[in-house]
Amino acid sequence: MDWKTKEKLIKYILLIFAMSSIMFLTGIVIVLFREGLPIFYKIGIIDFLFGQEWYPTYDPASFGILPLISASVLVTLGAMIFAVPIGLSTSVFISYIMPKSIKNFIKPTIELLAGIPSVIYGLFGMKILGPFLKDIFGLPTGLTALTASIMLGIMALPTIISLSEDAITSVPKKFRDASLALGGTRWETISKVILPTASSGIVTAIMLGMGRAIGETMTVLMVAGGASAMPKSILKPVRPMTATIAAEMGETPVGSNHYQALFGIAIVLFIITLSFNIIADLTRKRFYKKVSGK
Amino acid sequence: MKKNLLILLSFVMVMSLFTGVVGAQENLTIQGSSTVLPIAQKAAEVYMENNNVNISVRGGGSGNGIAALIDGTTDIADASRFIKQEEVDNAVANGHFPVPHRVAMDGIAVVVHPDNPIDKLTLMDIKQIYTGQIENWRELGGADQEVVVISRDSSSGTFEVFNEIAVEGERVTPSALLQASNGAVKDTVANTKGAIGYVGLGYLDESIKATKVNGVFPNNSTVASGKFPIARPLFMFTDGWPEGLVADFINFVLSAEGQKMVEEQGYVPLH
Repeated sequence: MDWKTKEKLIKYILLIFAMSSIMFLTGIVIVLFREGLPIFYKIGIIDFLFGQEWYPTYDPASFGILPLISASVLVTLGAMIFAVPIGLSTSVFISYIMPKSIKNFIKPTIELLAGIPSVIYGLFGMKILGPFLKDIFGLPTGLTALTASIMLGIMALPTIISLSEDAITSVPKKFRDASLALGGTRWETISKVILPTASSGIVTAIMLGMGRAIGETMTVLMVAGGASAMPKSILKPVRPMTATIAAEMGETPVGSNHYQALFGIAIVLFIITLSFNIIADLTRKRFYKKVSGK
Repeated sequence: MKKNLLILLSFVMVMSLFTGVVGAQENLTIQGSSTVLPIAQKAAEVYMENNNVNISVRGGGSGNGIAALIDGTTDIADASRFIKQEEVDNAVANGHFPVPHRVAMDGIAVVVHPDNPIDKLTLMDIKQIYTGQIENWRELGGADQEVVVISRDSSSGTFEVFNEIAVEGERVTPSALLQASNGAVKDTVANTKGAIGYVGLGYLDESIKATKVNGVFPNNSTVASGKFPIARPLFMFTDGWPEGLVADFINFVLSAEGQKMVEEQGYVPLH
């Protein structure tokens, strides 16, 4: 084999590998919609999305997933209320105040948080945080939406800190110099020049953090309590979409209405996370336009 | 050198593959209920150690197991319920004759936190708690404390039996906490003062308190005798009266050794 054909061969082999992840994605989407779409016809989109009762194995069954969607939204928003202030102040502190030598140590450490398996977060929430919140608020059980929110917040922190820190550091240095030269204090420079410039990058970070939180399964299965009632309070147990799929899929007969409904939930979840990713992508593009001045 | 090693390795692997195929002459397939699965799995492991056979065990649910028996694709169908008339008709039409063998009893204990003064409930009380009509232990003569209802995911076999016998098929209150395993239910009850839950008999220990149901305390003898109300028999169905390997395996499960394994897996032995 001469080197030219060899090169060509290698090129095509690499092409196949490169296309494989796109193939996997298409395959997953096809299966998801093929298995899950029928339930939308059978139940009706409105009844499926806005029904308030989830009783999939009874006769007659109810397939209303509003309590599950609300639970996912509730714990995700709760997680962001917890994670955004902490994440933002951390990233401002890391990028502007902390000396570089410490930064090179702190940032990788925070990113390590992302590498902890979610079942460990779940254990921590179940055994430490849950009982703690139960005692503080005098609750009948510590497995609540609040517990899940705090755990998801901690899990979203590395994404938010790392990406918003990148956004803040990529604001051109001349912006800061100009502000300081005009007599702005450091706080004025951060709050009126740096953060507004980096805002779309920060939005990207938050959207990706939200995507992480809403798709998280093991932790919410362990700490959210799993009650399928409409969430009335953040101190009550709730059941997010992911936990429902994980808990029920194992023993559901293939092809049954229940099975299709679980895939239906997966479709809803997929569309939500997809839109988070698209929004994150659009704001990221806007951000780079802004800092590059084009 | 490396190449030689590779050839040698693949040769050894191919050889072991052959011995595997040639060695296990007889095959036995078992399929069905995930409740019976641990019993079948354990029995198969021990049986294969002592006999030169190959047993493959699969779950998939009672309905799937019986369907496989009707199609003739499995030798033994595990089931946590009795066969339905419709399934018998289908089997006979296909030339198969399902024979039930009761292999174990499955009892479900109702458990509360050890500090809870309540130690007996009626099936009616349990039903009212699980449908949300009773929300405070005070209503049953206990302390003034909210009842934390703990249930299993609605596709589990334990849920199915409990819901059928204790809740009589009515809808469990949506504010019930869902836990995905017997162990998780036990853990949550042990850590929650106002909790009530239900677990297989094998999961009882001093961290939780089993209540009497209709005046009967759950233990192996009350479940085996049928006195304890929340219990069901577990079956293995064979095609026709078992012969040869199938008969030997069923006898093994029913033997003293097999029934000891039944107990180790958290079920109630027949004797």
